[in-house]
Amino acid sequence: MNKSADRSEMLERLSPLLFTAGMFLLWEAVCRLFKVDPFILPAPSEVFAAMVQYWRPVLRHSYVTLWTTMAGFAIAVAFGIVLGLIVGWSRVIYRGLYPVMVGFNSVPKVAVVPVLVIWFGIGEVPAILTAFLISFFPIVVNVATGLATMEPELEDVLRALGARKMDIMLKVGIPRTQPYLFASLKVAITLAFVGAVVSETIAANAGLGFLMTQAGSNFQMPLVFAGLMALAIEGIAMYALFALIEKRMTRWAFRSSMSAAG
Amino acid sequence: MSAFVEIDGVSLTYRGATGDVPALAGTTLSVARGEFAAVVGPSGCGKSTLMKLVTGLVPPTLGRVALAGQAVDGPVKLAGMAFQNPSLLPWRNVRDNVLLPLEVVEPHRHRFRAERRQYKAQADELLATVGLAGFAERFPWELSGGMQQRVSLCRALIHQPALLMLDEPFAALDAFTREELWCVLRDVWHKIGFTVILVTHDLREATFLSDTVHVMSARPGRIVTSRLVDLPRPRDLAICYEPDFTAIVHELRSRIAEVRQA
Repeated sequence: MNKSADRSEMLERLSPLLFTAGMFLLWEAVCRLFKVDPFILPAPSEVFAAMVQYWRPVLRHSYVTLWTTMAGFAIAVAFGIVLGLIVGWSRVIYRGLYPVMVGFNSVPKVAVVPVLVIWFGIGEVPAILTAFLISFFPIVVNVATGLATMEPELEDVLRALGARKMDIMLKVGIPRTQPYLFASLKVAITLAFVGAVVSETIAANAGLGFLMTQAGSNFQMPLVFAGLMALAIEGIAMYALFALIEKRMTRWAFRSSMSAAG
Repeated sequence: MSAFVEIDGVSLTYRGATGDVPALAGTTLSVARGEFAAVVGPSGCGKSTLMKLVTGLVPPTLGRVALAGQAVDGPVKLAGMAFQNPSLLPWRNVRDNVLLPLEVVEPHRHRFRAERRQYKAQADELLATVGLAGFAERFPWELSGGMQQRVSLCRALIHQPALLMLDEPFAALDAFTREELWCVLRDVWHKIGFTVILVTHDLREATFLSDTVHVMSARPGRIVTSRLVDLPRPRDLAICYEPDFTAIVHELRSRIAEVRQA
């Protein structure tokens, strides 16, 4: 009984690895079985070979993408928290700003990149700004939601003690937005990554997006896929990092009934 | 003897989108210092509105509310409140939840850092009074509903308020826990001697605990009967099965039945 429970737990732990390996095997098998032209879809073995062969440029461009993403994300976090607190603080500001933000958020950021390039030139700045623009919205919304969903009774308890609005924010509002904030960071980092790569693809001279466009125009399909692989690895790593931070910082929210997801 | 809480001809109308909703119409009620008063009535009769009026969280449309001889024209800064939902802060342990009011209310907020040790001892003592000795370091999610409600009661009492407002604090608990907490409340009240206004729809609860039971009419609410409970104190749970007690409960019940008909 105990043994089989151990085994199923082990299987659950290994399943992400097994599924990833299975996907690669299937991909390899399809490429070999149907003799797919490597120019259309290179087999994983060729992709990994390209990664090994071009490890220097792949690593260099990965690094550029990583830091532009992180820089844009950092600005988004700072800006998002401040704006979220302001929006959550006052109903008037919330009412006024919300349609503006929704409108802003619904503009595809690809369309903004050319404007940024005209303002700042080709390079890292448009990538950083695109990463920032695309990722701050979920942070603002989540922080504001955390403040807005405060229990009215708790507010009454504190107000009947003569608490000022600032007291209520500091003692209750801001701590209770934490799980909402950290939940939004997971989403925001992935979006920032997308923003940086989109901008690099359109106008840059470094970064994974740039590398892939270059490789594509030179018909080096395995290198294009090596770039994609590097993107996936970086994306997973950043998501995992922020999921871990979330768990560490807001353990109480996972234990109590109140949770950001609910 | 002048009354500690005085509500004199108070009306309150909520402005709603679909027209004005009268919650209270000509309510008059007075509670002496150190008295235990209960307010009972059919559901939706504006009992909770009464709580907000007394603590100054909402101003009356008409009439006057006074506390300790002073007109109430803003949050009163000295009342303790507890509700049906304990609404504890999940990121704080039990002791820090109880200490919350001291971080907010004058004059304690300025002494809080300097005298933290003394306040801690005070919190632990109060927790012991309600039967929670040794639970100070636990977190709210580790406690049962009844225990959480005890913590909520401690939070309402830690700053030694002159007035305790309770809005159906035991309504969500099972019958045994509820009776247990009646005794807890009775003992704390005997020991400290504050003024209590208890809003409830449980007639036995009202009769067991209070000196006077005020019956409210259906919305818009006003006080239709004030019944003195002249049972001897200290009261034991066994009193609930004595004819005098049952007579009072029956009397209140028939009064409420009349009010609901009207």
